[in-house]
Amino acid sequence: MKVLVNTKVNGTPVQEAVTPRSSLADFLRDDLGLTGTHLGCEMGACGACLVLLDGAPVHACLVLAVQAEGGTVETVEGLTETGAVADLQENFHDRNALQCGYCTSGMLMSAQALLARNAAPSRDEIRDALSGNYCRCTGYEAIVDAIAATGRARAAATESAQAASANTEAAE
Amino acid sequence: MKLPAFEYLRARSPEEAWQLHSEVEGDAVYLSGGHSVVPSMALRLQAPSRLIDISGIADLHGVVAQDNALRIGAMTRHAEVMDNPLVARHAPLLALAAPHVAHPAIRNRGTLGGNLALADPASEFPAAVLALRAEIEIIGPEGSRHVPADEFFLDLYETALAPGEILTAVHVPLPPASRVFAFDEIARRRGDYAMVGAAAQADLEKGMIVDASIAFFSVGFTPVRAKAAQAALIGAPLSRESVARAQASLAEDLDPPDDPGFPAHRRLQLARVLLGRVLNQMETRP
Ligand SMILES: Cc1cc2nc3c(=O)[nH]c(=O)nc-3n(C[C@H](O)[C@H](O)[C@H](O)COP(=O)(O)OP(=O)(O)OC[C@H]3O[C@@H](n4cnc5c(N)ncnc54)[C@H](O)[C@@H]3O)c2cc1C
Ligand code: FES
Ligand code: FES
Repeated sequence: MKVLVNTKVNGTPVQEAVTPRSSLADFLRDDLGLTGTHLGCEMGACGACLVLLDGAPVHACLVLAVQAEGGTVETVEGLTETGAVADLQENFHDRNALQCGYCTSGMLMSAQALLARNAAPSRDEIRDALSGNYCRCTGYEAIVDAIAATGRARAAATESAQAASANTEAAE
Repeated sequence: MKLPAFEYLRARSPEEAWQLHSEVEGDAVYLSGGHSVVPSMALRLQAPSRLIDISGIADLHGVVAQDNALRIGAMTRHAEVMDNPLVARHAPLLALAAPHVAHPAIRNRGTLGGNLALADPASEFPAAVLALRAEIEIIGPEGSRHVPADEFFLDLYETALAPGEILTAVHVPLPPASRVFAFDEIARRRGDYAMVGAAAQADLEKGMIVDASIAFFSVGFTPVRAKAAQAALIGAPLSRESVARAQASLAEDLDPPDDPGFPAHRRLQLARVLLGRVLNQMETRP
């Protein structure tokens, strides 16, 4: 028997009847056509399926679509459209932090969540945050570089914004 | 793999939960975070006909300091256990254990109650609640009760929970300010289940250990209290000698399984090394 689910996906309210066995990943990919969320292992091991649920990264293969009731889901499509991860994407591109790209949407979710908590993570902290993300192509080094560079750039941007507002205050 | 088909129902109260549970005797499974249930269904280790989502039951939520204990609701996610200031202050072993549990995204969904109810012998939290001398709050058709952690973990994936009963919360006795804690594990990679792990707390008076509570995990079918090691420490100062005595007595406490790839004697040796480390961490704590 299908169950009615109400969620918000990438800012749009969605109401849909789903079969309980559908994972959130199946729901996003098959019912909503959002195929940027990838499925690798379907058992929580690889991290290809990460999406943000109520702002925090979760494995869309381990969350049932029915469990997203009342929740807010953001996928790589949504974060791309709003530009929230544009700098991360650019740094991944510059640093060749992807080859086949299968792991990339999951990597972006973990990176985005890490940088929101910790603007200037060490390389160890970055590796820790990526412990549940497998990449079979790059060897991780370039991914860590790209995330570290984004963190530095974001921290510098915040600092110069603060300095600018301090200057305006001083001038007043 | 995709999950086998099942019926999904939400329970709003414990009464509703065990009503729905009893209707399909033996074939219903409660769902909290789902991060053990869902992968095990994907792997066809189980195929219940009904999942009862208990995450909406109000009584399973919240972290509250009460008169003598910190009550941590069963639905508290691992990530909150890691970050909650009340947990850090009153149940530090849980906060110290949390970063070792799985990966960040798993910690955003997995719950303390689900973790304890599952009772995976390689899991961190069961050993932490044992060392904290916590009590497990359970509610069922017969009423509500508190079970000491020492009596909760019975065998491999077997707990004091009767069919249909719900784990509602964990009660951690509020510690004196002078209590010291340490938690550590040895794992092959970050986020992997441990090869061996330990949680320990001790009370010191004028440099003497007056009480010690030590639990190991990944050493058998359940988390194990290290009684002989505790006894070797109590009444002595925390010193190289007392630590060596505790390490030597671990052979009486632990009887690890003999795995072809990981023989019992090696696991015991790792447990000794780890005990030395956690006791050392206590000593160096301010
Ligand atoms: C890739 C991966 C790595 C992991 N690594 C670790 C690790 O290193 N260490 C570790 O400890 N865990 C690890 N886990 C397990 C994770 O911590 C689980 O989420 C947790 O053990 C179960 O919690 P849950 O809320 O998801 O429970 P669920 O999956 O919802 O439930 C687990 C079991 O408990 C029962 N149950 C749930 N809640 C209650 C309740 N309140 N009362 C009675 N019964 C209940 C369910 O019916 C089910 O049988 C890992 C999981 C994955 C997928
Ligand atoms: S597909 Fe979800 S973790 Fe691999
Ligand atoms: S780029 Fe191919 S798996 Fe990471």
